[in-house]
Amino acid sequence: MTWNWNTIWPLLVAIGIVLAVIPILGLYLTFIERKVAAWIQDRIGPNRVGPFGLLQAVADGIKIFLKEQVIPDHVFKTVYFFAPTIGLICAMLSIAVIPFGPASPTPSDGFRAIIAPGVDIGILFVMGVSSLSAYGIILGGWASNNKYSMYGAVRSCAQFISYEIPLGLSLLGVIMATGSLNIESIVAAQGDGIANWNIWWQPLAAIMFFTAALAETNRLPFDLPECEQELVGGFHTEYSGIKFVLFFLAEYTHVVAVCFLTALLFLGGWHFPGLTGPVDSSLSGFLMRWMVLLAKVSLVFAVIVQLRWTLPRFRFDQLMGLAWCALIPLGIANFLGLVVVLSLDLPRWTLAPYSIALLFASALINARQVTKRAKDLAARSFALPSTERSAAVNAQPQLTR
Amino acid sequence: MNQTPNNAAQPSSPPPKKQVKWADPPQIGFMEALYLPAIAQGISTTVKHMVSRKPTTRQYPEVKPTISANYRGVHRLNRDDKGRVKCVACFLCQTACPADCIKIEATATDKNDPQWKDRDKFPATFVIDELRCIYCGMCEEACPVDAIELTSIYDLTGLSREEMLFDKDKLLSVYDETVQAGQDPVRTHRGALGPASESGPASESATGKSPALPSNGAQHHG
Repeated sequence: MTWNWNTIWPLLVAIGIVLAVIPILGLYLTFIERKVAAWIQDRIGPNRVGPFGLLQAVADGIKIFLKEQVIPDHVFKTVYFFAPTIGLICAMLSIAVIPFGPASPTPSDGFRAIIAPGVDIGILFVMGVSSLSAYGIILGGWASNNKYSMYGAVRSCAQFISYEIPLGLSLLGVIMATGSLNIESIVAAQGDGIANWNIWWQPLAAIMFFTAALAETNRLPFDLPECEQELVGGFHTEYSGIKFVLFFLAEYTHVVAVCFLTALLFLGGWHFPGLTGPVDSSLSGFLMRWMVLLAKVSLVFAVIVQLRWTLPRFRFDQLMGLAWCALIPLGIANFLGLVVVLSLDLPRWTLAPYSIALLFASALINARQVTKRAKDLAARSFALPSTERSAAVNAQPQLTR
Repeated sequence: MNQTPNNAAQPSSPPPKKQVKWADPPQIGFMEALYLPAIAQGISTTVKHMVSRKPTTRQYPEVKPTISANYRGVHRLNRDDKGRVKCVACFLCQTACPADCIKIEATATDKNDPQWKDRDKFPATFVIDELRCIYCGMCEEACPVDAIELTSIYDLTGLSREEMLFDKDKLLSVYDETVQAGQDPVRTHRGALGPASESGPASESATGKSPALPSNGAQHHG
């Protein structure tokens, strides 16, 4: 690739679009989320600023910039300043290889709806960079020099480490079947009709990917790092003004990336019945595909928002249990089935019943375990002889002066 | 969990069934253990609320709530039927106030004034610090003549602390406002002098009729 104006301007345009759209999108996604929350809770939501409250996002933005930035005395200033930026940079970087519109695996000249087209390590790059954004949270929590921030940081650290594994395992099927890490190639491989979408033959992997990605974005029901009821504000307790917003922008950028990835990797990207095959160069076709992609992304975002106001937050042991006792074993089992199918050249659809069988088996085991634990607990409360029980009561530490 | 049958004390047997209501340990079925149907069920609930929108929100500054007449809000100083301040400056409210927010200065009335000849004392100043007040209603309970009352005005604001010190005129104007708006509180015998201030013959001769206390009293306390 030679560097001249013809190769540089598409790059600059794509970067400009991402840099301009992401902050505005962040503000408006917040607005949408508030509205949806209000509707779900039988309220009206922001409706004072502008028609239907549409300018609320703008007002919020202005307020944020004008707000006083409180910098506590006890923080480690350097790290405290850089932590939100690190989080945002990492989240933004992962967008670089994600096509935000139709893009062909062989990058053409002219405008392309992706910053870095044809990157052969696409998904690997996304996973590597987005898990770096944990540094933003960890450093922010540590530099705040506050126990609640530290708890939030440690929690997010454990959460990121745990959910990286199911995230990677769930993507293996998609990657191995396509034979490429390039996101455009993966979308192109789903191009021949709706039956080729990855979600049909990898339903379990799709669910696992969505769950793990949700956990990586620190959103409810996995928002333990900020967990208002327990940790004041978690890692961002000591942050205010624009630095606080950078954290949230990072989170929303992450959410946007997850929405795009889910739509691209599992839901067929910009393909739809009637819009199949490679990306054509006609403008109308391009715009139609773009609309299809954005519709799918919006759908995924709607599900994420709906889930936020539907599910209660996990307890921390439940969070770890979900990753280590459910998602990781399921991912490994799914991967084994995938290896068998691919090496024996069996038809791909055989993996769909296998996925469902895996899900049912895990549910059976889970139901058994929960029932057994409940029975044990009930048995234990009357199993102790009364003397032992009273001894146990007496053995409890007495209050002394 | 191992039971020891040779234990000297009585072995642990569950209490008789009649005394104890046994709760079954929580069980989780197959569908619940799948999680996904439960999540779908939850989403259907939230979507139902989202689609059938019946917001319970009240657009506050435009639509004011109807406050109960029993609400304890801003104070007022009542007027008697001649329009004078009803307070007899007995200091009972100031004494009863747990927040120490009432300051009264009493003055003797001029007995030569036909307007005041039936009264011994009246407050020269009567100041309530609305910021100190805890709105407990004990002043109103202590008042023997039902002169001080808490109204249902709840949106009290001011720009300075001095502004929130309500003096006699301000408190009387609150009375006029609430009477005009028909927002009389219901706890005390409003509109009539209490028993302590109407025993004198002067009051009856002055008004020419007995106050409506008994009927009102029956109404509110009966």
